[in-house]
Amino acid sequence: MTETKPESMDFETAFNALQEIIAKLESAELPLEEALRLYEEGKRLAALCTSILENAQLRVSTLGEESPNESAFDFSEP
Amino acid sequence: MEGFDFLQPIVFTVTALNAYLRELLETDEVLQDLWVRGEISNFSQPRSGHLYFTLKDSEAAMRCVMWKPSAMRLRFTPADGMLVEAHGALSIYPAQGQVQLYVDALRPAGEGALYQEFLQLRARLEAEGLFDPSHKRPLPRLPKHIGVVTSATGAALHDILQTLNRRLPTLHVTVAPTPVQGVDAPAGIIAALKRLNALPDLDLIILARGGGSIEDLWAFNDEGLARAIFASRYPVISGVGHETDFTIADFVADLRAPTPTGAAELATPITKEELQAALQGAEAQLTELINRQLEDFKQALQLAQSELRRTSPRLRILNNIQRVDELQGRLERAIQQQLQRKQNNLANACDRLASLNPQAVLKRGYAIITDQATGKIISHTRQAAPWQPVWLQVQDGRIPAQITPPPKENKKDDRNKT
Repeated sequence: MTETKPESMDFETAFNALQEIIAKLESAELPLEEALRLYEEGKRLAALCTSILENAQLRVSTLGEESPNESAFDFSEP
Repeated sequence: MEGFDFLQPIVFTVTALNAYLRELLETDEVLQDLWVRGEISNFSQPRSGHLYFTLKDSEAAMRCVMWKPSAMRLRFTPADGMLVEAHGALSIYPAQGQVQLYVDALRPAGEGALYQEFLQLRARLEAEGLFDPSHKRPLPRLPKHIGVVTSATGAALHDILQTLNRRLPTLHVTVAPTPVQGVDAPAGIIAALKRLNALPDLDLIILARGGGSIEDLWAFNDEGLARAIFASRYPVISGVGHETDFTIADFVADLRAPTPTGAAELATPITKEELQAALQGAEAQLTELINRQLEDFKQALQLAQSELRRTSPRLRILNNIQRVDELQGRLERAIQQQLQRKQNNLANACDRLASLNPQAVLKRGYAIITDQATGKIISHTRQAAPWQPVWLQVQDGRIPAQITPPPKENKKDDRNKT
C-alpha cells in the first residue's frame, strides 16, 4: 500500500484506502505489528474522511471558451 | 323517367336534412380522421373551457371546436394568426347548420414535419447502433469531478449545483456553459462537450436543460450532438426537459435522467449521509477486526506457552530424576543379591573348612602328638627320641606321655602303627 500524507489526500483516495485496509485486515494472516499498524492507519483515514465530509463545500469551476475561472457557487439565492 | 314526374318530391325537414348530412359526414372515413392546416382566427375560450376558433387560409375558412378534455392536453396556447395543424373529425352543428371540425389535437404547423424528421433520425441512429445498450458505459459510484453542460443562466444549473452540493459536497464541478436553445445551440453544446472531453480527470458529464416547449428542446435532437455524445470519452447523463420529454440526446446518453435535478441525483448514487454512515460502519469494523486479531494472537500465545511447558527441559529433568531413582533401586537390589550370594559362598566355605578341622579328626579317635619342649607336631618317626616328653592331643584335652624306646623286634611295625 502506498503511504500518502493525509493533508494531500482527497476524500475518494482516503475512502478507497480505508476500504483496502479493511479488506486486508479481513482477509490476510498478518503479523501482529502489521495488523496494528493497519488499524492505526485505518482509524486515521476514517477520521480524515469524516472531517473532509463535514467541511466539504462544492467546488465549481467554469470552463468557458475563454480562459477557465473558478468561483464558489452562491447557494443563497432560491 | 316520366314516371318520376308523378311522384311527390321528398320534402325534408331541416332537422332531417341535418341528420342526413351528419350521417353522410360521419360515415366518411377520410372526414373522421383528418389533419387540416390553417391559420387561427376568431379564437375564443369561454369559461366552459372549450375552444372555438376558425381555421382559414387565403381562400377559405372552417369553424372548429375543441372540447375541454382535449384542450387541456394542449402544450401551447393557441392565438389568432398562429399557423397550426388540427386533427379531428368533421360533423355538423345542427342548430346553425354549420359544418364544423371537432378538433382533438392541435400542433403548431411544421411540428409534424419536425416530428417526422425526429422519427427518421432516431430510426437511423438506432440502426447505426448509437443507442445500443452495449455502448452504455458504467458510471462511477463515487465521482470526484463532474462536468456540466448547460446554460449559464438557466434554473437547470442552479438545480444541478444545489443537488450536487447537498448530496456530495466533496465534488469538484466544472461547468461548460453554452446556449441550449436556438439555432446556435447544437454547435455550442458540442463545443462544450469537447472542452470537457479535453480535461484529464472527469468522471462523467451531465448534459441538461430545464423544461420548455418541444421547440425549446429541439437542439437536443441534433444529429451532430448525438454523435458528439456517442464519441465522448466520459460517460454522459442527460437531463433534458421534463419527465415526458424524450430527445435524441436522451437515447444516446449513457444514462437518461428525467430532469436536470434527476441527472444530478443519478450522478451521485452515494450521498454524504450514506458515506458518513459507511464511515461509522468502517470504524466499528476496524475495531472489531483488530480485536479479533488480538484475540487470535492471545490464543496463539497461550497455545505456544502450553506447548513450551510440554516440551520444557524441566519435565525431562523430572523424568531423568525418576530414572536415576529407578536405577538406584536396581543398583541396591543388585548389590544385595551379590552380598547374599557371597554370604552363601562364605557359609559353604565355612562348612567345608569345618569339615577339614583337625578337631573333627580327633573326635573320630585320632590324636595329635606334640613335643612338650617345642610344641611342634610330631608327624615323622625321626622327630621322636626315646623318653622325649610329648602331649597326646585328643578331642577333649591333652594327655602327657613319653616316647618309649623302640622294642628290639617289630620296631618298624610299631612305628608304622603310630
